Amino acid sequence: MNMLKLIRYGAWAIVAAIVFVAGALALGWWQVDGPGRVGVSAGGMEIKGLPQIGGPFTLIDHRVDHRGKTVTERDFLGRPTLVFFGFTHCPEVCPTTLFEITTRLQKLGAGADSLQVLFITTDPERDTPEQMALYLQSFDPRIIGLSGTREQVDAAVLAYKAYAKRIPTEDGGYTMDHTASVFLMDRNGRFAGLIDYHEQEAPALAKMRRLLAR
Amino acid sequence: MTRHPLAAGLMASHPLDRLNTPSPAISGTDVIARVNRRTGLSLLATLITIALPGAANAHDFSIGDIRIGHPWTRATPGGAKVAGGYITIENTGAKPDRLIGGTMEVASRVELHEMSVTDGIMRMRELPAGVSVPAGGRVEMKPGGYHIMFLDLRRPLKQGEKVTGTLVFENAGRVDIEFQVDAMGSPGVPGGHPH
Ligand SMILES: [Cu+2]
Repeated sequence: MNMLKLIRYGAWAIVAAIVFVAGALALGWWQVDGPGRVGVSAGGMEIKGLPQIGGPFTLIDHRVDHRGKTVTERDFLGRPTLVFFGFTHCPEVCPTTLFEITTRLQKLGAGADSLQVLFITTDPERDTPEQMALYLQSFDPRIIGLSGTREQVDAAVLAYKAYAKRIPTEDGGYTMDHTASVFLMDRNGRFAGLIDYHEQEAPALAKMRRLLAR
Repeated sequence: MTRHPLAAGLMASHPLDRLNTPSPAISGTDVIARVNRRTGLSLLATLITIALPGAANAHDFSIGDIRIGHPWTRATPGGAKVAGGYITIENTGAKPDRLIGGTMEVASRVELHEMSVTDGIMRMRELPAGVSVPAGGRVEMKPGGYHIMFLDLRRPLKQGEKVTGTLVFENAGRVDIEFQVDAMGSPGVPGGHPH
């Protein structure tokens, strides 16, 4: 009799252990991948309590068939989106980033057709609609050039917690310091991470694939 | 000896076959064979160039004690008004020198810049004092660091072409150089990929 009791307790202990492990796994999933996710993955690091990145903006679409059309963040909802701030008078980071996005879109093939790429100029004074359209002819046609008034551009930079600053040069001209990372936004317009300028090719592609799968 | 030009063209398009056959004695009349052989050799040289980018891309210029290694730049997007030129500078002399400026045929102005990407932000600044090269020292101007900024480009730079210009050193003086135009997004020198 005592022996039977012992076996019964043992069995209950095993059941309790299984329930505990299953519960822990479920909780873990709920917090990390499930609806209870609290942070976002950026650069492989879990960041909690991240400020809101991305938000309302009003800009002007520079694609030839949309020339001068005013667009807002709502026009890009429903599809995963990459957002990159730059300017065409940029010797290295902007052409390299747009070129890398172009080759990555090619690598992802038709699977990336739902992806939108927004190239938002931080230099609307020089990046006229004609200049943006001409510049983007050298890259993947899925890349959309956006500009606007100085106020509209500044508001978009602010919405993304990005950085852009006009730096005067000695010759009376200027250059722009600006955020060099690419923002990953999911189809609901929620921030999903960054691709760093120095990001290796494999993780950058993996991040784009993950964004497409969300 | 006469041959239809098309036949010569077809032969020239398979020059390596020609190389594999025993080298024929070249008579004064066998011009086509010689041309084909030369085409084959230049194709072979091109293949070696492709196989050994470091060795074949190396092109150097010098003035006084200054040696300039492998000037290169990148193809630019349509409408681009700027480009960055990259070189290595070696000072073999006993006195320090300084790169203070230059000119480019394709640009109306040239400046010396430093750029950096820190905490996700790209910053670029002019180097008003130029780029100093210590005696016996070596400075690399490469992506992510110093560059020669071509301003107000007159036309886009195309991959595979060469663009000429001059560089001015405080002590060594002025030197004519030629920048090789690599692909857009090119990492430049082998092993120098910043990613
Ligand atoms: Cu520059």
